[in-house]
Amino acid sequence: MKSVDLDWKPLALVPALALLVLPLIGSPSTWLTLTVAGLAMGMIIFIIASGLTLVFGLMDVLNFGHGVFIALGAFVASSVLGLMGDWTGSGELWRNLLAVFPAMLVAMLVAGAVGLAFERFIVRPVYGQHLKQILITMGGMIIGEELIKVIWGPAQIPLPLPEALRGSILLGDAAIEKYRLLAVVVGLLVFAALAWTLTRTKIGLLIRAGVQDREMVESLGYRIKRLFVGVFVLGSALAGLGGVMWGLYQQNVTPQMGAQVNVLIFIVIIIGGLGSTGGALIGALMVGLMANYTGFLAPKVAMFSNIGLMVAILLWRPQGVYPVANR
Amino acid sequence: MKDELLSLSGVHTHIGAYHILHGVDLVVPRGQLTMLLGRNGAGKTTTLRTIMGLWKASQGQVSFNGRDITALNTPEIAGLNIAYVPENMGIFADLTVQENMLLAARQAKRAGQMDAARLQWIFSLFPAVEKFWNHPAGKLSGGQKQMLAVARAIVEPRELLIVDEPSKGLAPAIINNMIDAFAQLKGSGTTILLVEQNINFAKRLGDQVAVMDNGRVVHAGSMQALAEDEALQQSLLGLAV
Repeated sequence: MKSVDLDWKPLALVPALALLVLPLIGSPSTWLTLTVAGLAMGMIIFIIASGLTLVFGLMDVLNFGHGVFIALGAFVASSVLGLMGDWTGSGELWRNLLAVFPAMLVAMLVAGAVGLAFERFIVRPVYGQHLKQILITMGGMIIGEELIKVIWGPAQIPLPLPEALRGSILLGDAAIEKYRLLAVVVGLLVFAALAWTLTRTKIGLLIRAGVQDREMVESLGYRIKRLFVGVFVLGSALAGLGGVMWGLYQQNVTPQMGAQVNVLIFIVIIIGGLGSTGGALIGALMVGLMANYTGFLAPKVAMFSNIGLMVAILLWRPQGVYPVANR
Repeated sequence: MKDELLSLSGVHTHIGAYHILHGVDLVVPRGQLTMLLGRNGAGKTTTLRTIMGLWKASQGQVSFNGRDITALNTPEIAGLNIAYVPENMGIFADLTVQENMLLAARQAKRAGQMDAARLQWIFSLFPAVEKFWNHPAGKLSGGQKQMLAVARAIVEPRELLIVDEPSKGLAPAIINNMIDAFAQLKGSGTTILLVEQNINFAKRLGDQVAVMDNGRVVHAGSMQALAEDEALQQSLLGLAV
């Protein structure tokens, strides 16, 4: 019996892009710094986008309000980390991590709980109605942003990195920021957990099947709406985690940060193929790398370089790098 | 009176603005194979989808084992031990053959928990399922997909098996395999409701027959009686069996 074939071409895109720009950048150390920064940014975007792509794939729901969970996670983390000043101010890495991980956990719990309410009261009444989904979820995000302002105030809040996560590691002449390495590790852990769940568990199998053919999953006796609620909550929690990572990456949080990241997330899930977690990872890494490379090489085109990337990918594969069958 | 497993009484179904079923009356006796015949657009597929709750009956009643299931949703209906193979087969193309089978085995959480003896029996009916066990289902040929769709439906014993046009687009050799498989299933006591366009397929397998036209059942009786009455075939189906 042969094993499942894997389409390697999309996987080659990430190293291909990195190697392609090496001669343009010239300095290998600068290239390494930019590449690690791009991969870190990509991993954070992947954490945020992974839930959204499953929500879209599973129930065909266009959730333009996903950004509110990013901002919520970041603000919750700022409060939790604010209470743990002794731990974040310590120069010991383990004490810093013992502050950051509970902040991530609380942010995920709060974002997941709000996601549960968001699905019930905002998304569920508009199943199957795309235009209404866009309008009402954007409205939900605006309300969410305003509620964040009510709780935390309208101003930008600093979210400094814990002491031991500041600064860089020198690798030859290349400076690799410590926090970016942490972001890559967390992103890989999230991807590994998602990949394991989706391929090794029955619930994951149901999610993958539901993305392809909801009706058939129901005909086999499974309640796909319950599954969708679970995926929506998980996606919201992951967006909350991504918000913590993004806030620490930017070292500040604003109520509008979710809306700012929203565009990138949609580019990522379109590049990846709607409903494809593996595709979202490839898309996120490409977007992260592209943003950093163009920011260095041609800052004026950095703003729309990812749109260009998306167009190029769609010309090659109109349904994204890993299109989901039956959609 | 035969022991009824499934019955439809005066079922009407609307799809959007269209009135498709106009009072369907149908009885599926327990332990028998009932063929649902009719021209294209007669309402056969709509009848099956209405039984499964995929489209809701706007009027009338669907009963299973004496219980009114008209208002139940699809997972609840499937949970009553009813397996359904739709016309498009409903194969999950990105999943392997094994994963497709595991999904239908509601009692199993892992492949190793599927009933090994039953799997061997299924492999004997449909060797392609074993041969391509770890292949993506989307890579199978049309006939192999149809075999997988039926194999998946019977991975656990079901009280009623509903199949929409199992012979559609299949080569004659594969149709013979399919007929053998349904004959064995019928022999095992499974009640089967089949929609078919292939009249020879129907003739070789059917115990009972219902013929639909314009959203109604216009004839119901034994398959043998229909097969022996050429005039009736002409009037109902426009062809000779």
